[in-house]
Amino acid sequence: MNTISGSAPRTTSRYVIGERGSMRLGDILRQWETLLGLLLLAVFSINCLLLPQFFDFYNLADSTFNFSEKALMALPMALLIICREIDISVSAILALSSVAMGLANHYGVPAIGLFAVGIGTGIACGLLNGLLVTRFALPSIVVTIGSMSLFRGLASVILGDQAFNHYPELLSDWGQGYFFDVLPRPFVILLVMAALFALLLHGTSWGRRIYAIGNNPVAARFSGIAVDRYRLMLFVLTGAMAGLAACLLTGRIGSTRPNIALGWELEVITMVILGGVSIAGGAGSIGGVMLAVLTLGMVTYGLALANVPGIIMTIVVGVLLLATIAVPRLLRGKSSR
Amino acid sequence: MSLATPTLRSPVLALLANVLSRPREPLLAALIVMLILLVGVRAPAFLTLRSMDNLLTDSALLIMLALTQMLVIVTRGIDLSVASNLALSGMMAALLAMHFPQLPLSVIVAAALGIGLVLGLLNGWLIGYLSLPPIVVTLGSMSVYRGLVFVLSGGAWVSSRNMSAEFVAFPLTRLAGLTHVVWLAALAVVAFWCLARYTRFGRDLYAIGNDPVAAGYVGIATPRRLLWTYALSGAMAGLCGYLWVARYAVAYTEIAYGFELTVIAACVIGGVSIAGGVGNISGAVLGALFLAVINNALPMVQISPFWQSALTGIVILSAVIINARGEKKRAKQILPLHFQPRAAAVAGSTS
Repeated sequence: MNTISGSAPRTTSRYVIGERGSMRLGDILRQWETLLGLLLLAVFSINCLLLPQFFDFYNLADSTFNFSEKALMALPMALLIICREIDISVSAILALSSVAMGLANHYGVPAIGLFAVGIGTGIACGLLNGLLVTRFALPSIVVTIGSMSLFRGLASVILGDQAFNHYPELLSDWGQGYFFDVLPRPFVILLVMAALFALLLHGTSWGRRIYAIGNNPVAARFSGIAVDRYRLMLFVLTGAMAGLAACLLTGRIGSTRPNIALGWELEVITMVILGGVSIAGGAGSIGGVMLAVLTLGMVTYGLALANVPGIIMTIVVGVLLLATIAVPRLLRGKSSR
Repeated sequence: MSLATPTLRSPVLALLANVLSRPREPLLAALIVMLILLVGVRAPAFLTLRSMDNLLTDSALLIMLALTQMLVIVTRGIDLSVASNLALSGMMAALLAMHFPQLPLSVIVAAALGIGLVLGLLNGWLIGYLSLPPIVVTLGSMSVYRGLVFVLSGGAWVSSRNMSAEFVAFPLTRLAGLTHVVWLAALAVVAFWCLARYTRFGRDLYAIGNDPVAAGYVGIATPRRLLWTYALSGAMAGLCGYLWVARYAVAYTEIAYGFELTVIAACVIGGVSIAGGVGNISGAVLGALFLAVINNALPMVQISPFWQSALTGIVILSAVIINARGEKKRAKQILPLHFQPRAAAVAGSTS
């Protein structure tokens, strides 16, 4: 086998697994991240041309408040989807964490403890999801649809028809404060987290194993990867990030209402899919997700400046999502079975 | 580790395992009857004919949507856009009724059905012919359809004042003691039961769900089947859109918001496997009835309605855990057993 491998055409395998990524211009241009980067550039330029008040540093910085919390949840969601799992309950975890913080605040827990309560609740919720998925071998989409209902339900049982407010100063400092008076703190947290997640996914063997699990969980198990432990860990991580997002969001809006973060799970998943993460698992990058987050953020901000109602945004997001998956498929032509 | 382990199990556990491994539908039906009786003990008003009639009327739309959702899930798909489709078709029907009061009701219903069908066909084309992942496609179309409701209505409500009396009255008009929606749901149940059990279309869906590649090899036109499965789902959502709007006599952007998850939950409770290929009509119907019983019973036994969502969640989670126990896939034996070959059987039955 070894002797003929040099001369035989390499058409036996459908895949080419190189030692490192190709640096040819054509290959780089064909990458999803490059296309997204161009899209972001296009959105940015169009907005700058059409809306005179768009290119203002302070406005741009403030516009990041709208997507920082969602993006924080999109990061672990990307890992989950790469791993062939999904978590529909993220926004419900956020709601329950926020309610737990409100309750803790009501009973006089000090401000710094509220962060612990929020993130701790998130971890507990993620642990429940993860245990159900790994111990009972259940499909994660069904489990998290169920736990979404459960977490949201518990939140509304505790909250009733009221709202928690009067949160301490520290929380709003982090939710709506700035570093050096210009950089919004949630955005800085997002960037730090994105760097950490990118390092984790692209720079460690831990991350490579997530890709391996996503490509073929059975093969991954046979090659000695503790697949269930990774899955459990990712669900817990998702819960923790949803808890962190709950801290920031609660601090930003200063209250906990029953409809907090309603329907965000779908926006978060949209960000991840738009970022080039394959829903079938095994492919995607944090860079792509961050580009998608920024693109969606810029589109939202531009539409808001142009006085377009928020719900129109959902059409734009939906069309963008459908187009991004359908257009490459149409260009590639018919698939061969 | 000995061969005697299985027989040492307590008889209770053995009985439980036996019950759980049986077909799920009679069990679920028994559970529903038990739940109804239990609630009846606490609140006798729940057992009256009138209350049962309400229960059926309330569950009719959920049952109808669960039927088509079941077919979609059987093909390894999922249709998240049903609720948005329902809202869009319902809003269209309401706007038609408002602007053209002289239109006969049948035309309006046909229009709602047709709009739903077109929206479903769009999903089906993307999923069947472009082989795009169903969850992503319907996630996208869900936002688009919901946004379009707002665009069409301009964010305004269409209330009963703008609808003709005939338009509003149809769903709750009684025919031989039962409301029209219940009759429609019953008709749909029978039709879909025949479709899933006796037609080539229905059997093909199970084949596709069990093994898409093998289905392709035996000559099943998977793209066409998927196209029409999602089209059916869309058409049903369209019909339910009219019924929903007429029944509650109001149409606005947020109607049925999040209802797609309730529909999927009904299927899951009814034992439809999200992995495809498993599920039947009676399961979907019973699952929908189960959710409807819970929702209608809570106010009767004076539990705060805020518990509704939490209880639904617990029911879904227990249902999937029970289902997984019933059809449990054995854990893969990764390391070969080099000695004690008989131990493999034990490991298989206890793991």
